[in-house]
Amino acid sequence: MKTLAVFLIAAASLSAQVPFQRIVDADKEPGNWLTYSRTLNGQRYSPLAEVNTQNVAALKVKWAYQFPDPRTAVSPIVVDGVVYVTGANSAAAIDGRSGRALWQWSRPLPLDYVSIGFGHTNRGPAVLDDKLFVTTLDGYLVALDLKSGAERWSTKAMDYKLGYSMTVAPLAIDGKVILGVSGGEAGIRGFVDAYDAATGKKAWRFWTIPGPGEPGHESWAGDSWKTGGGPAWVTGAYDPDLQLVYWGIGNPGPDWNGDARAGDNLYTDSFVALDAGTGRLRWYFQFTPHDTHDWDSTHVPILFDSEVNGKKRKLMAVANRNAFFYVLDRETGEFITGRPYAKQTWAKGLDAKGRPMLAPNSDPTEKGTLLWPNLNGATNWTSPSYSPQTDFVYVAVREIGGSYYKRNTPYRPGQIFAGGGEDELPPDDTWGAIRALQAETGELRWEFKLFSPPWSGVLSTAGGLVFSGSEEGVFYALDARTGKPLWNFQAGGPVASNPSSFVIDGHQCIAVAADRVLYVFGL
Amino acid sequence: MRMSLPALSIVLTVSAACAQSPAARTAPDLAAGKTIFEERCSVCHGLDGGGGHGPSLRRKLRHATDMKSLQLAILNGIGTDMPAQWFLSDSELADVAGFVDSLHNLPAEKIPGDPAHGAEIYARLACATCHILDGKGNGFGPDLNEIGALRGAAQLRATVLNPASALPDGFLYVEATTSAGKTVRGVRLNEDSFTIQIRDIAGNFWSLRKSDLIDLKKLRGQTPMPPSAAALSSSDLDDLIAWLASQKGHE
Repeated sequence: MKTLAVFLIAAASLSAQVPFQRIVDADKEPGNWLTYSRTLNGQRYSPLAEVNTQNVAALKVKWAYQFPDPRTAVSPIVVDGVVYVTGANSAAAIDGRSGRALWQWSRPLPLDYVSIGFGHTNRGPAVLDDKLFVTTLDGYLVALDLKSGAERWSTKAMDYKLGYSMTVAPLAIDGKVILGVSGGEAGIRGFVDAYDAATGKKAWRFWTIPGPGEPGHESWAGDSWKTGGGPAWVTGAYDPDLQLVYWGIGNPGPDWNGDARAGDNLYTDSFVALDAGTGRLRWYFQFTPHDTHDWDSTHVPILFDSEVNGKKRKLMAVANRNAFFYVLDRETGEFITGRPYAKQTWAKGLDAKGRPMLAPNSDPTEKGTLLWPNLNGATNWTSPSYSPQTDFVYVAVREIGGSYYKRNTPYRPGQIFAGGGEDELPPDDTWGAIRALQAETGELRWEFKLFSPPWSGVLSTAGGLVFSGSEEGVFYALDARTGKPLWNFQAGGPVASNPSSFVIDGHQCIAVAADRVLYVFGL
Repeated sequence: MRMSLPALSIVLTVSAACAQSPAARTAPDLAAGKTIFEERCSVCHGLDGGGGHGPSLRRKLRHATDMKSLQLAILNGIGTDMPAQWFLSDSELADVAGFVDSLHNLPAEKIPGDPAHGAEIYARLACATCHILDGKGNGFGPDLNEIGALRGAAQLRATVLNPASALPDGFLYVEATTSAGKTVRGVRLNEDSFTIQIRDIAGNFWSLRKSDLIDLKKLRGQTPMPPSAAALSSSDLDDLIAWLASQKGHE
């Protein structure tokens, strides 16, 4: 009878709504995971502590859920015992107790759709009120009924025939759903959009490349702005007090040939702070001006508050693909500090304003230029984590160089527009690590070495743990204070996703996707 | 030159479905295809497509039965053996695939030597102590059942004369020492951040946890294979190479 009673409670809660205030107050219900990074501040930290340094060695699989596509990237949304997931052009609600689907939804992919430079993937859904929000590869934002998976509305955000696509997990804020586009290797002009959550009507669009007459337009030579890239394919963060949306902008195009796009190429490889009501630019910070290495700044920013020179500041920390760790003032975009957190050979350092001072001969050449980091960067799209317990930012670090080469590339709509390529260093000349960095300074506190450069995100928990995964299929737990390994599990396929944690039936679970499988672990 | 992952800007899984559709053109530009081939493919397949570190392309291809599957193989790569050339445009892809397709019209590489006598040399050098060829022998070293399809004759010759100079991709000889004082030497079969799997020369599998090791040496550039063929007469060497080159598996 007890089981039945619990089931009824869970069933009753299925009808619950997720008003925006619940997401703002996510720390009041740590058993749920209501937005991409759990909290709007991008920290990917769970206050749950049932699984901790003392007992994590006993962590076991509770269930597994299979997807059709490889390298599943999903970070689930969890609401009152139900786990919501996405794949490429698909979504499902899963019973958190049994792992069985409650509903499934999919939208056919047009036969002429092509992904240029990435796989068929999706990073997760968003939830707001009674709807689940999903992006599709062929350019739609779709709102599904939380209870049934039925479509409430769908809005075409872009034309995939021009090389646009979407893999991003949307970010739901007060009354709006924010998304950004993929297509940085296809000569797109990128944008970040907001849609009315109730109706699907577009609320605003921020072009990541300024048009004629707008500030920043002068940072593009000639007509290069029209095909300049600047995708925005990773979920940002939101400060509800400042009402600012923070979003990372990707690489300029063509990726490895900057000859035709002289200038800084704003706002590629930048973070932008956008007014939530209007989409207007409040500030930007560009990490890699005039990038010729494909170093998208498509990261989840970590918003945190701390003291700088004795004064309390609202801050943002970013471990950038270009191998530097940055701390910015998130009210103004002011550069506070920055330092390398991985091997890099492209810059001599950062100047007082955070602009890189280039090393000589760092541009791609016909023959190839060997440089660290490689095109996939010192870290990539998967999330870092910040633990308020330790005040450390945990980053999955890729120690890998590559030989960049440059070619001529004509623009043709819907075709690859990259201007060269790269040869990675061979395996065994490359490695990886989880590094714990002091949030205010980026100073290294500890590292745990990995056999190869990782493609996994990081989760930290109040149990004093850090979870992450490897390309060799190992999902593991480290001591958040020391980096000591405490548990690991061979998942049978690469971990190219972000771990999360929530409560099912009163007990803490840890979840991660490894290749085609979502695993849920518990004690 | 090898890439452990296809180098995509986002996470890289290229499924067959994401192949680009061929541009509408009448015929590939073979001269342009040759240039791309020389830049991107010849390191493994040889400047004339006759093979080298990688297989000869002057024959029926194993992973491509028609132009479409050939383009897909080039675009998406072949497992961990061949890196994806995802950054080629439709027309570049058509050009290089057209050039590769034209190679099979070239005559197969002429290999001097008597394979039958080469088989005797193979037996005399006791190569089967470590290699399986025609289904026979011990599986410590690389599988030779199809070695003639996977390597060009020049590469085979370089390998038997100086094995350490031409190790296969991914081959690593290692020496692990456990905290109990046991030392294991052998071929690394697999490795991750927490474990390593080794096959020793007697064919034993060793499953070791790195936390139990006090030392793990990667013996880069080393191989247990002796350079026995270096002492052969040049005609015996030709015969051995002809024998190895004739091992085409289930072609």
